[in-house]
Amino acid sequence: MSTPTPTRTPTGAPEHLTGPGRGGVGDDAQRPDGVLKVRGEFAYGSDLWMEDMLWGVTVRSPHPYARIRSIDIGAALATPGVRAVLTADDVPGEKVYGLELADQPVLALDVVRHQGEPVALVAADHPETARLAASRIHVDYEVWEPITDARAALGHPTWNQVHDSAAEVTELSRENAHLHPQGNLVRHLKIRTGDPAPTADVVVVGEYEVGMQDQAFLGPESGLAVPAEDGGVELYVATQWLHVDQRQICSALALPPAKVRLTLAGVGGAFGGREDLSMHVHACLLALHTGKPVKMSYNREESFFGHVHRHPATMRYEHGATHDGQLIYVKASIYFDGGAYASSTPAVVGNGGTMGIGPYVVPNVHVDCYGAYTNNPPCGAMRGFGSVQTAFGYESQMDALAAELGMDPVELRCRNAMEEGSPTPTGQVIDSPAPVAELLRRLEAMPMPTRVDDGEVDLRDMPGGVSNTTHGEGVRRGVGYAVAYKNVAFSEGYDDYSTARVRLEVVGGEASATVHTAAAEVGQGLVTVEQQIARTELGVKQVTVHPKDTAVGSAGSTSASRQTYVTGGAVKAACEKVRAQVLARAERLVGRTVPDLRLAGGAVVSDAEDIAVPLVDVLGDEALEETVEWHHRPTEAIDPETGQGFAHVQYAFSAHRAVVDVDTELGLVKVVEMACTQDVGKAINPQAVLGQIQGGTAQGLGLAVMEEILLKDGKVRNPSFTDYLIPTILDMPPMRIEVLEYADPHAPYGLRGVGEAPNISSGPAVLAAIRAATGLPLTRVPVRPEHLTGL
Amino acid sequence: MDFLQPTTWAEALEAKAAHPDAVAVAGGTDVMVGINFGHLRPSLLMDLTRVEDLQEWSIEDGAVRLGAGVSYARVIAELGTQLPGLAMASRTIGSPQIRNRGTVGGNLATASPAGDAHPALLAADAQVEVASVRGSRRIPVPDFYTGVKRNAMDADELITAVLVVPPSGPQQYSKIGTRNAMVISVAAFGLALHPDRRAVGTGIGSAAPTPRRAPAAEQFLADELTGTGLWESRAELPAATAGRFGELVADAASPIDDVRGSARYRLHALSVMACRALTWAWADYRTDTGKEV
Repeated sequence: MSTPTPTRTPTGAPEHLTGPGRGGVGDDAQRPDGVLKVRGEFAYGSDLWMEDMLWGVTVRSPHPYARIRSIDIGAALATPGVRAVLTADDVPGEKVYGLELADQPVLALDVVRHQGEPVALVAADHPETARLAASRIHVDYEVWEPITDARAALGHPTWNQVHDSAAEVTELSRENAHLHPQGNLVRHLKIRTGDPAPTADVVVVGEYEVGMQDQAFLGPESGLAVPAEDGGVELYVATQWLHVDQRQICSALALPPAKVRLTLAGVGGAFGGREDLSMHVHACLLALHTGKPVKMSYNREESFFGHVHRHPATMRYEHGATHDGQLIYVKASIYFDGGAYASSTPAVVGNGGTMGIGPYVVPNVHVDCYGAYTNNPPCGAMRGFGSVQTAFGYESQMDALAAELGMDPVELRCRNAMEEGSPTPTGQVIDSPAPVAELLRRLEAMPMPTRVDDGEVDLRDMPGGVSNTTHGEGVRRGVGYAVAYKNVAFSEGYDDYSTARVRLEVVGGEASATVHTAAAEVGQGLVTVEQQIARTELGVKQVTVHPKDTAVGSAGSTSASRQTYVTGGAVKAACEKVRAQVLARAERLVGRTVPDLRLAGGAVVSDAEDIAVPLVDVLGDEALEETVEWHHRPTEAIDPETGQGFAHVQYAFSAHRAVVDVDTELGLVKVVEMACTQDVGKAINPQAVLGQIQGGTAQGLGLAVMEEILLKDGKVRNPSFTDYLIPTILDMPPMRIEVLEYADPHAPYGLRGVGEAPNISSGPAVLAAIRAATGLPLTRVPVRPEHLTGL
Repeated sequence: MDFLQPTTWAEALEAKAAHPDAVAVAGGTDVMVGINFGHLRPSLLMDLTRVEDLQEWSIEDGAVRLGAGVSYARVIAELGTQLPGLAMASRTIGSPQIRNRGTVGGNLATASPAGDAHPALLAADAQVEVASVRGSRRIPVPDFYTGVKRNAMDADELITAVLVVPPSGPQQYSKIGTRNAMVISVAAFGLALHPDRRAVGTGIGSAAPTPRRAPAAEQFLADELTGTGLWESRAELPAATAGRFGELVADAASPIDDVRGSARYRLHALSVMACRALTWAWADYRTDTGKEV
């Protein structure tokens, strides 16, 4: 595909990343964008700028559920400085889009289904003018009562009536009770294995609830659309998956892919929240309509309405075991509230359900996992993706079962732990290391944090911190363990691949490589990994990372812990093809076949024949380039009635031990220490691995004790960082981390995806520790002071 | 939006008289958030950071005269001894960046029930000095707060300074937030023991439409300490006294349920904080035998 050069490049567009010139696979290589970021010089999407650009703003529904009677844009259009006011009528192509199901309007059609749904767009020559004009758009709504409970939306008002069709009729008989024509069910996943009516010596039943977490990335949704001379558009945007964006934008604009060209702008965090479109189509519509570059950048409040959140979940688990702690069966009903549109709810249901009983061997499993439409904000991808919620359920159950059996909770987990060769509830046999018990035993063996009791109180070590609420009064310590597993990459038969283009040439007298992929760097460090792989495979120091864009094939999403595996695999494969070319040329140069030729230190070398030909000489003026589309081994769709099938390509395993101090009178929590063990197969960049474990742990801790989007009747009550709290340095404690490297024989370098697993096991460990400190059952996260004080 | 930058206090007062709708901005930690969220669209902003007099503190007639523009960071660094309660409150505020910018004057002007300085100022019997081209006046802090984010100033007035008599006894400050730093108050409590006057000062934050004192608790404790001779004996404080004091502090509050916490929790937290604060303050008083009262 040829890419017409845009007439002008905006300020803040990404540049080629070079340096630091060292660090191969397995080294703590520095980030090529690290210095820019530390100095505050890295351009994020919100820094994009063009001299004559317009500013776009979005008019959003204040109501969670309403019919639009009319929209009056007259006063807005008449505002001086306004260049365009657009509504759904101005969308030239398909008016709905979506990651998995196209059910979400680009701009509201006749009904709005959640608070904050985009209704109209304004472009003006100044953002203040655009906002003023937006406030002058009059939308006449017929306000409907929102449906805000996932189980009620499905007609399952109580656990016992789950399959009672009569109840469905009464609950859903009212007008507008179905948000979408096909009803309120997005997906129902069933797992049926073993005895359908098992019995056990000991049975524990628990009901659990997980609140709505937000990704809380720091760089808000931002992008700049530039109309192109060929009638197409260039979009610079902070996103997670350029090609899936491109597909949806093309559909909405009725343009072919060649005319919708995307480049990744600087991304300030993603965590799943950028997998769906936000301002993408809107900015393109305004740019094509006005013939001018249009920038859109959300503020913090709008950002809370501009992306999907983590699905809230309600879960009921029943665990049966023998007296000596052997799990006999697990029954689970899991409900994910998908909000107003599907987003990635079907896949979240897939993960939540298939991994819904944890990394344990259980002969009899009966799981029903549902995703529902409601009038709550749309929910979709977030780090951990369905597995975070269920881990709170199954790990709480393991602790409850241990208590019922009078058994040590770690011992109970180890007794039932998966290992290589174990079957999963979907009938898949784990065909690479699964050191679940070892992860737990290593945690247990770590020293416990010591209490410093020298008479002096350091408030920073106390629940409440420097707010000076306790000097030790009411404080009780607790310890909790949790272990989790998570699929890596895309599952259930999805053809998951990435594309890499690698070029090797002489630049400035030195052989150097350029790696070009569309894989979104969102802060995780993939650009570093791409350089490391090229250095190792091609034996060069200088590796340039080309800006991420759609001029190369899809890399898939930066999600599902998959980019190091899949794009890393693609870069490795492309390097291998380039290397084969180089070696062939070298053999032509030396005039014979040399069996042990390899690339190292900027030369083609043979140890056997003591040859070292500089790459500069082998390459001359020529650039060698290869583009490879690399697929991981296929998975299968699971059986819709039994849930059986080879669903997942790889699993990541991690375990946490949390030590907490709780001020039991005030209900305040100080997490004293988090310890984590994780098997990463092979640490491509050990420092980055530790960063992922630290970050994932912090995000899991956040969900356990503070992070929640609070809703009332479908409306968000805390769309700000004043009231949506994420952990600070005084909330996130020091960590002990042990990284295991048991290679997965099916994966490049034996690596395992790292980013999500620690996000899953962290929160349940914190919750278990708070339970241990307080003796309270605590069936809901985040745990609030009110839950701990009974108020 | 127009922008004024007076460099002298006289200039600032003239400007405020001429433009009573001008919004004064010092650190900007409230005003700029309001503007960014579109909650505040003043026609005129008046930057007071160039007025040097506001940025200083001094001792005047035995009291600390704290310029309205002195930052929390400076209160912590420079006034820990003279204004211990306010310094403790300042440590709970925001992040280092916010403490470098935010000012006590700004906290008063906003007069949010959740403002962190208020309980400490109430407990310490502070006075607010306000001025206009018509002259200046002093307002006792309990009279300064007139409603949710409303204060007793006239439209042409600006805050000059806060006046606080240095303590004759221990002070404490506690605040509940749902994380361990950088958090807005769910409930806060300030306490000052005034052994010189045989009096007790309290301040409650985030638990009523305005910051307020707990007069019944103050009276109860002062009476107990006097009646049992504890001011003089510095003997151990009966646990029941601290407990009752906590209950009376909670009784003085009238909190609401909101996104940050429930009313019931706020009442409970106030009683626990008050009881603990008194216990710590009394322990300080018992060991602080150098000072005759």
